Amino acid sequence: MNNYDAIVIGAGHNGLVTAAYLAKSGLSTVVLERSATPGGCAATEELWPGYHVDTGAHSFTGIDQRVLSDLQLSSGELEILSPDPVLVSPQHGRRTLTLHHEPAKSAQSIQPFSDRDAARWPEFLEAMSLATRVLEVLYETLPPRLAKANKGDLWELARLAIRLGRVGRQDALELMRLIPMTVEELLDEWFESDALKGTLATSGITGICQGPMASGTAYLLLHSLVGGGGVVRHRSQLRGGMRALGTALQQAAVRFGAEVRLSSPVSSIRIKERCATGVSLESGEDLEARVVVSSIDPAQTFLRLIDPTELNPEFVRAVKNIKYRGVCAKVHLALDDAPVFGRGEENGTQSAVLQGASIIIAPSIEYLERAYDDAKYGESSKAPYVDAVVTTALDPSLAPEGNHILSAVVQYAPFKLKTGNWDESRRTVLRDSVIDTLSTYAPNLRDAIVHCHVLTPADLADQFALTEGNIYQGEMTLDQIFMMRPAPGWGRYQTPVEGLYLCGASAHPGGGLTARPGMAAARAVLSHSTKNR
Amino acid sequence: MNRTGAGAPTAVKGTPFHERTQALCQGKNWRRWSGFVSASSYDLTHEHEYHAIRSAAGLIDISPLYKYRICGSDAETLADRVVTRDITKLAVGQVCYTPWCDSDGKVRDDGTLHRLADSDFRLTSAEPTLLWLHENAEGLKVEIKEETEQVGALALQGPRSLNILNEITDGALAELRYFHVIQTQIEGISVHISRTGYTGDLGYEIWVDASDAVPLWDTIFRNGVKHGLAPAGLLALDIARVEAGLLLIDVDYMPAHRAVIESRKSSPFELGLGWTVSLDKRNYVGRTALREEQSRPTEWEFRGLEIDWLSLEDAYAEVDLPPQIPGMTLRESVPVYAEEEQVGYATSRSWSPTVKKYLALAHLQAKYAKIGTELKIEITVEHQRRTAIARVAKTPFFNPARKRATFDVVRTP
Ligand SMILES: Cc1cc2nc3c(=O)[nH]c(=O)nc-3n(C[C@H](O)[C@H](O)[C@H](O)COP(=O)(O)OP(=O)(O)OC[C@H]3O[C@@H](n4cnc5c(N)ncnc54)[C@H](O)[C@@H]3O)c2cc1C
Repeated sequence: MNNYDAIVIGAGHNGLVTAAYLAKSGLSTVVLERSATPGGCAATEELWPGYHVDTGAHSFTGIDQRVLSDLQLSSGELEILSPDPVLVSPQHGRRTLTLHHEPAKSAQSIQPFSDRDAARWPEFLEAMSLATRVLEVLYETLPPRLAKANKGDLWELARLAIRLGRVGRQDALELMRLIPMTVEELLDEWFESDALKGTLATSGITGICQGPMASGTAYLLLHSLVGGGGVVRHRSQLRGGMRALGTALQQAAVRFGAEVRLSSPVSSIRIKERCATGVSLESGEDLEARVVVSSIDPAQTFLRLIDPTELNPEFVRAVKNIKYRGVCAKVHLALDDAPVFGRGEENGTQSAVLQGASIIIAPSIEYLERAYDDAKYGESSKAPYVDAVVTTALDPSLAPEGNHILSAVVQYAPFKLKTGNWDESRRTVLRDSVIDTLSTYAPNLRDAIVHCHVLTPADLADQFALTEGNIYQGEMTLDQIFMMRPAPGWGRYQTPVEGLYLCGASAHPGGGLTARPGMAAARAVLSHSTKNR
Repeated sequence: MNRTGAGAPTAVKGTPFHERTQALCQGKNWRRWSGFVSASSYDLTHEHEYHAIRSAAGLIDISPLYKYRICGSDAETLADRVVTRDITKLAVGQVCYTPWCDSDGKVRDDGTLHRLADSDFRLTSAEPTLLWLHENAEGLKVEIKEETEQVGALALQGPRSLNILNEITDGALAELRYFHVIQTQIEGISVHISRTGYTGDLGYEIWVDASDAVPLWDTIFRNGVKHGLAPAGLLALDIARVEAGLLLIDVDYMPAHRAVIESRKSSPFELGLGWTVSLDKRNYVGRTALREEQSRPTEWEFRGLEIDWLSLEDAYAEVDLPPQIPGMTLRESVPVYAEEEQVGYATSRSWSPTVKKYLALAHLQAKYAKIGTELKIEITVEHQRRTAIARVAKTPFFNPARKRATFDVVRTP
């Protein structure tokens, strides 16, 4: 069969979620995926015999719970592992800041750094969760309700949230105050400890080519808390590695009747009279459908898969203006011994790491800003911000017995270098900077390395089909969120091509393993196709 | 170069013909046109220049027009995607007049598109268009080159224009049909000559490499004098174009990309350019909107008005004056009424020395736009607002057969 109601391009988690919802609603649906495995950026590969490495995302903050229940994913199919402590942040002098689910426990860990900060911690969590609740309402409401009416007015958003009656006026106004702030300003209002502020500030800069002293980074911090269960960054992993997500969602989609075709790269979206009519595969095969949903980024969807003469130049301009500017790289280490951070067992760091806590290297906001300074001028950070996980901690089966895998997201490694490309020597410099940085805090790490693997931003771009290697299919900066995502006026999953929708991280509410764009896009498609019947 | 701190050039440029035009511009009556100095009139008044256009030949320096060259295997695709006319039907050696629109089907600009070779086009425009062309060229194999400063352009317009050119070219010019272009030589200077113009008369536009501009001017001038050739400025041209019913950007319409409010934008239909809109060619910028608009009755028409002489006389007689008529084209918009109700506005008005009528170009609500409809136009008589009768008329007001005539081939020895 080559005629469907809906074609979904890309079997990343969002594409699969969209497909599952569409199939569940009775649409004959096919998902076409370029690579041989589902999951997109949630990927696990056997890089060395017996080592199963998360080569894309290695943790996530919050998959929308409704997706799990709507798609009837059992915990047998998808086992979410949520470590507690959540993260450790090793400091100089072998001290460690540890954050837990339990606010009181975190406060205890903060205390050696600052009594005052420890005392304010619970209040801070409360304030952040109020602000995040407003965001959550907006994330829920935006697509269906906030149509073309306003083009990005934050106050309009606040009023909307209040009008919906689901949040208080004060909370909404407070959110509007916070959103344009720098994450540094936000944290300075609360805390004095560099260790705490540095650790928290990382959430404000992940995946963007900006430092913690840039306006709008406070928003990204709040965004990272949505769906996080009210804790500073719930960081979950999956049994079997991150690929388990793609596998489980594929099964769910198939259960609802969707077809998932792997190793089937789409070469073009077919358009007739400004309506999407189907796609062509690189194999030469043509598939027809009245709805095409793309989970890949707008640069590829509109500038590569579509004949640009089918689009308005104004829209093409908006698409070309989307910022990607990837700044992340990945370093994967196979270790024959567990790395010992901080004082090891003495202060519980070691058991935290071995319970799967994330290891955050961000000793201060200034450290992060300096890391960014390098990137600002097209160099990778000499002392990078590192977000690492020993993925074998919670699932030892990912490596040969007794061995470990450390997966590290490294920032800043700018996709666009000031000179030259990401060649071997750059790769070596990047690798060494990460190993040096980690070894400062875990002196035994260097000798434990048996294998090392680096994905530069250029590699990420190739491997995961990400424009400029941006991990979120477009920077999550203030000018590219809400109804400005992916482009102003196109925040409702629709595109200027009738019947063509976006459902990936490039769409509202953006990147991360949340399944929210996929779910909301399915809703948009279904509400149109019932109207058009 | 004289630059401000910000780095923007502040000097107004001379065209490639400036050396010659400035010597001829006795009245020093200059104006600016797209960053160039351009003669409004060479003599102290422009009447002589106007009459040269209509009864002999006028030579007008139109170099300030923006000029672009579009080459490459997708040149036709780009041209066709931008403009409203079907360029796939434009043969090599043919020129078309065409507007182009934004995605809402509102006119951004108008100009001529010359197909110099299968994949080689020249586009002229009134507004800077380079960025727009690039934005439309996404994914296409084309080379877009701006040649505004590199190419000089002269309009040789009027009944004697063919004779003048015939004597200095190899004679192939007589065969050049209306809205066609050839590449040829004028006394050894390589030129493109198109049978186009902005006067509604027999006329040619000559496109030349800037470095050959002055010798070209000299050659045409030397040969033209005996035919009554005169250099003509923009004031004379402005009268001729009103007689020809040709609209002028910024005067008769506002380019869509510069309009700050919706109502200032116009569709091609509203500008009387419906004939340039192909609705069934391949997708192009604005097609969806234009199709949609075409399926509805048009709200606005762009029409000629002839102002009734007797009613003008009456209005002035009340204050014991003979009718005052404009000696040049007036470019400010005035209201047009049906009884007491305003039903449109006239954007260009001029006394036509050839037609011997007071003419206007006006935007009219469609139901008042039928030829012959009697309306009223606002006039100011001794500081007081009055109206004169104005009848909706067909344009062009002046349309001599020679404009598009075909000629016997005359070869000069
Ligand atoms: C290195 C890295 C680290 C990250 N870390 C985190 C993290 O810690 N926490 C977090 O929440 N998020 C993280 N993310 C972001 C998160 O993984 C993504 O935002 C999310 O996976 C996006 O999912 P998606 O389904 O929208 O798109 P993708 O997962 O990108 O899926 C798109 C799919 O489309 C396929 N495709 C592309 N082109 C074609 C084509 N022409 N034809 C057919 N198929 C095609 C791709 O192969 C891919 O499978 C990270 C991402 C990366 C790359």
